[in-house]
Amino acid sequence: MNTMTKMTLKTEGDTHIVVTRRFAAPPEAVYRAHTDPKIIQKWLLGPEGWTMPVCISDAQPGGKFRYEWSHPKQGSFHITGEYIELEPHSRIVHVERMHLPDPTPENHVETRFEADGSGTLMTIRMTLPDAQTRAAMLATGMERGMEASYVRLESVL
Amino acid sequence: MSSLTASFAALADPTRRAILARLALGEATVTELAKPFEMTQPAISQHLKVLEEAGLIVQRIDGTKRPRRLAKAGIEAMDQWLAMLRKALEKNYDRLDEVLAAMEPTTKGKKR
Repeated sequence: MNTMTKMTLKTEGDTHIVVTRRFAAPPEAVYRAHTDPKIIQKWLLGPEGWTMPVCISDAQPGGKFRYEWSHPKQGSFHITGEYIELEPHSRIVHVERMHLPDPTPENHVETRFEADGSGTLMTIRMTLPDAQTRAAMLATGMERGMEASYVRLESVL
Repeated sequence: MSSLTASFAALADPTRRAILARLALGEATVTELAKPFEMTQPAISQHLKVLEEAGLIVQRIDGTKRPRRLAKAGIEAMDQWLAMLRKALEKNYDRLDEVLAAMEPTTKGKKR
């Protein structure tokens, strides 16, 4: 991995998690890859072996999304959420919760896409209801692998 | 007993992983642990017993309370999880790099 695409992952205060990542593609493309279900389905898969048989994303304010993941040995689970604000191609605000199968507390997520040279700097800022929720999400996130989102930790950089 | 097998078995359960994640924030009593998980105290105690036997957590006696905290093996397990999570995220975004490159086949090849 080169420095250009290096990811950072850190906690902020008791309830926030902030992830940053740079992409070579411009904000328009990265934004689209986060809202178009056909594209999401290709990359938001977590560790080897997981697939996303269902990917619904109605990217408009008030629109819903639903992602279902499946693994031959580890079973399946899904996330549902609603889009709150969308500013093409710079900002997405949404809420989401995992179903395990009971719903987890809501994760409020703001994702920003900023031009960075000819590429994009993406910044995801998550807000969990409380520190314990963040901790619990950390654990389930680790298990599920893809809840990038739900981490408590220092940046490892 | 704190063999690798016991650790693995202890970590196989999502509630136990969540308990460990909570304890990573600091010491907690059974009551404090039971609350966010919406489980009864006996159910939580059973999970704590498994974690203790696996050497992942330890308890301290404080009057009538027995607060738990992470043992060294528990801290190491947490570190490992973080590394796994980070790896999963990185995998997602590495995949996305490829998807983005394929979306724009004619693009900006000069960029590094």
